[in-house]
Amino acid sequence: MRARFLLAVLAGAGAAGAAAGLMATSAFLISRAALHPPVLHLMVAIVAVRALGIGRGVLRYAERLAGHDAALRALGRTRIKVFTHLAKVAPAGLAGFRRADLAQRLAGDVDAVLDLLTRVVLPYAVALLVGAGSVLLVGALSIPAGVALALGILLVGVGVPVLQARAARRADGRLAPLRGALATGTADLVHGLPDLIAYGAVEARLAALAATGAELRRAERRSGVLAGLAAAVTTGATGMSLLVGLAAGAVAVRGGVLSGELLAVVVLTPLAVFETVGALPVAAQRLAAGRASMRRLREVLDAPSPVAVPDAAAAVPAGPHTLRLDHVNAGWLPGRPVLRDVSLTLAPGDRVALTGPSGSGKSTVAALLVRFLDPTAGRATLGGVDLRALDPAEVRRVVGYLPEDAYLFDTTIAANLRIARPAGTDDELRKALASARLADWVDTLPDGLETAVGEHGMALSGGQRRRLALARALLAGFEILILDEPTEHLDDETAAALTEDLLAAAADRTVLLITHRPGIAALVDRVVRLGAEPQRRAAATAARTFSALAGVPVGSGQVP
Amino acid sequence: MRPLDPRLLRYARASRWYLGATVALGVLSAVLIVGQASLLAYGISAVFLDGATVTTLMPALLALAAVTAGRAAAGWAQETAAVHSSAAVKQELRGRLLAHAAALGPGRGPATGELVALVTHGLDALDAYFARYLPQLVLAALVPAVVLVRLAPADPTATLTVAVTLPLIPVFMALAGMHAEAANRRQFRLLARLSHHFLDVVAGLSTLKVFGRAGAQIENIRRVGEEQRRVTMRTLRIAFLSSLVLELLATLSVALVAVGIGLRLVSGHLDLRTALLVLILAPEAYLPLRQVGANYHASAEGLAAASSAFEILSSASPSSGSAPVPFGAIAFEDVVVRHRDADALRLSTVIEPGSVVALTGPSGSGKSTALNVLLGFASGDSGRVTVGGVDLATVDAAAWRSSIAWVPQRPYLVAGTIRANIALGAGSPDMSDIVQAARDAGAHHFVVDLPDGYDTVLGDDGAGLSAGQRQRIALARAFLRDAPIVLLDEPTANLDAVTAGSVMGAIRRLAAGRTVLMAAHRPELIALADRVVDLTPAGVR
Repeated sequence: MRARFLLAVLAGAGAAGAAAGLMATSAFLISRAALHPPVLHLMVAIVAVRALGIGRGVLRYAERLAGHDAALRALGRTRIKVFTHLAKVAPAGLAGFRRADLAQRLAGDVDAVLDLLTRVVLPYAVALLVGAGSVLLVGALSIPAGVALALGILLVGVGVPVLQARAARRADGRLAPLRGALATGTADLVHGLPDLIAYGAVEARLAALAATGAELRRAERRSGVLAGLAAAVTTGATGMSLLVGLAAGAVAVRGGVLSGELLAVVVLTPLAVFETVGALPVAAQRLAAGRASMRRLREVLDAPSPVAVPDAAAAVPAGPHTLRLDHVNAGWLPGRPVLRDVSLTLAPGDRVALTGPSGSGKSTVAALLVRFLDPTAGRATLGGVDLRALDPAEVRRVVGYLPEDAYLFDTTIAANLRIARPAGTDDELRKALASARLADWVDTLPDGLETAVGEHGMALSGGQRRRLALARALLAGFEILILDEPTEHLDDETAAALTEDLLAAAADRTVLLITHRPGIAALVDRVVRLGAEPQRRAAATAARTFSALAGVPVGSGQVP
Repeated sequence: MRPLDPRLLRYARASRWYLGATVALGVLSAVLIVGQASLLAYGISAVFLDGATVTTLMPALLALAAVTAGRAAAGWAQETAAVHSSAAVKQELRGRLLAHAAALGPGRGPATGELVALVTHGLDALDAYFARYLPQLVLAALVPAVVLVRLAPADPTATLTVAVTLPLIPVFMALAGMHAEAANRRQFRLLARLSHHFLDVVAGLSTLKVFGRAGAQIENIRRVGEEQRRVTMRTLRIAFLSSLVLELLATLSVALVAVGIGLRLVSGHLDLRTALLVLILAPEAYLPLRQVGANYHASAEGLAAASSAFEILSSASPSSGSAPVPFGAIAFEDVVVRHRDADALRLSTVIEPGSVVALTGPSGSGKSTALNVLLGFASGDSGRVTVGGVDLATVDAAAWRSSIAWVPQRPYLVAGTIRANIALGAGSPDMSDIVQAARDAGAHHFVVDLPDGYDTVLGDDGAGLSAGQRQRIALARAFLRDAPIVLLDEPTANLDAVTAGSVMGAIRRLAAGRTVLMAAHRPELIALADRVVDLTPAGVR
């Protein structure tokens, strides 16, 4: 990637250099020609002019291709880096992020890396090389002209962007509140239109909005003065470089320091250089957005892992296993414990119901048992070994979890099932579907197992989604299964039938059933009740963010 | 896509003077570019061949400084004019859009989310259109013309070279643009699919971890990313090829011109000053044309926003009559309202002044639609409504509405104080009248309990108030309006039994002595009526 990017920078510098060279060589060619030498003496310059003319276009093409190739590779690597980290810390490590926000980071911000490389870093790198080269060339012929060119380049490449950034900050401070007021007022008008019309209050509202709009217009006009200044400075700097070049060149030629036929080179080369440098202010404007994206990505990459992975993991003892929580405290966000002094034992073959009001930490218990989370006090053990001594992935081979909002991928029924058992045969899949009482329905489908489930499984009903997720959990053959009963989007009858099927299907395993259902006691060996802690609200928030990843809306890709 | 939408000039007056100013500044810029080139050519040639010193060159240097200052000033003026006109055009379009949406009435205009997005953020895309694209377009038309005019008498041969190659640029740009657009669309679909796949995997990460499959996805993501890169590069190789042709066209033309003038210089057919002028001006002729392409995206977004604004503005708003508001019985004469090829309402009934009439029937039978017809929010597809024998369609709609107090199922509370919400549409009534209306509506006691009383500022759509409290604010509105006709749209539908009971008292007080038409579901509301009209369709009953 680095080599390719370097290639892009070199090609870009070559292209911009060819443009400057074309101007310099042409200027020299014409000056020399004015002395009426034999045409043969001009041949080198003539060939150079033609070569530079072609070279510029070809090199520019190479620059853009290599630059985009490098940026796309960087994009892919960033994506993998972000995904690898997410895979490590999800879901507990992401409890601090809001769901729409996380989606934005994954879609827009990763793509912004591409923009940053091709539209900010590349032009600046190219301008730096070409600027330096042309300053050296012009400076070698006339020092004052070289200095003037360097100052002009700095002014346009650095001064104008700084000016712009300051103007943008100031304008945002003034405009943002007014834009907010306008948005609120507009939403108010549009949503309240029936009431406003019925009560004849539309005119007054429109007038109030027009007043806000007029104020916004005045503020925008004030901010335009600085924006105009940036344009003026860019043009002025170019003109001044030319002016100084001509004056200094005149002095040098009269002083005999500079050959007359090189004067045009000193004066006119900057003309081509500023064509490249003049694009920098626009590039710099993208820098702010790109940096904000990079910062947001860094925040995701810096999210600490919620579980400690031991350097030398102990071996998981042989089964059957007893899973135990021993006076544990735990929470999703630092300083906000959800569970306090909770103990629980799941012996082999146990069927235990876990109940409690929403926010009492039922999902937190599940997260502890599958090691999405480590306790802050007390300990969780599997077969007597502290979970923290085990590799989290090994723990999840024994303990399975079917969360309330189990995710279905936008693919076929079969592909969703094979996540649990990649090498599963169609017969094994059917058997799991039969246990979840879904086989009959799948058989009626024209495409059978190859039926697409749609985005988030939306092509299925709530009950079917749930049963498919259950079949998948059964197929994986976990020895201990934690089943979180869905409470939303299902009517009571469906939910009750599901609970019974769920327990029946997992008849030969250890089961922890998280439920709200009254009268569950009849179906299980034991009921454990979690009390409502004072931290209710925090727990509810955490439980929502726990499922945040499951609800990430789908953004769209950007054409670079 | 047209570069300048004529509707922009029609709907936004500010764009007209801006276009004028841009053309004037464009001419000025072009003249200054030519002037700068002439001065540079003169200066170099004078120093090189005529032995000029800095002192003898001083007038030219001063003139060059003046031209530079002029170009900077023109750049500043252009940018400032762009900001001014963009601000003015946005303000004008915003005002027109909102007024038009209001004139269209509820349900007839664009989707609310779409309108809010367009008015607040969408129109901001015009900034780049005005500041970047439009000036560039004007320059692309003016600069080459002015340059050619200056070059023609000095060096006809070079002028001819430039004049022949110049038109090829827009032609190639159009061809490349057409190809690029199709490729872009394909590319966009592919990227959307890959991006969707990525997000799907990330969204299901917890599930993948449960099954120990998260690690296996990394390889998958790498492969998908690699495929995306490969396909994108394939598109770009073609897309950039067209800009390669453009670049080559421009630079080769300049090289051609440079070599040509060099050779003519040698043979003495041309003097150095003219040659330098040609050399400096030739690239300037191509530059603005090439830059137009770079600003294509700014133009597309701005014009798309403007175009959706014009589409809304060009939809016809319902007409209002002008007859004064009549008095008398309200008669629905065979009124039929259709919605999506089904009857939304079929009604024939007469409501005598002072009577209380309840409309009943299952949801979808048109209870609210009947009220909406009276309010002018819906119009009958056949039949008519008369008041005192006068067709309602001929009556001034705003004046007619002022004789109506409407309490909807879910009243909207506007951003502002409780006082302003009660006084909605009533100008600035006495505080005592507002308090009296609130007392009548049973709202006074909870309003005075709020920290700021009647001056309490409500959040988004009355956030902070319970459904019952909101309903009582709406009833206070109706009391303050003191209108002869009251329309109630299931005002207790969203309330629990206890709250509904407490609101019923206020509804009874409001109904006393007025003509009332109400959509009713709850028995206590129906009990209030002198007469019940059942809207249940005949087949269902």
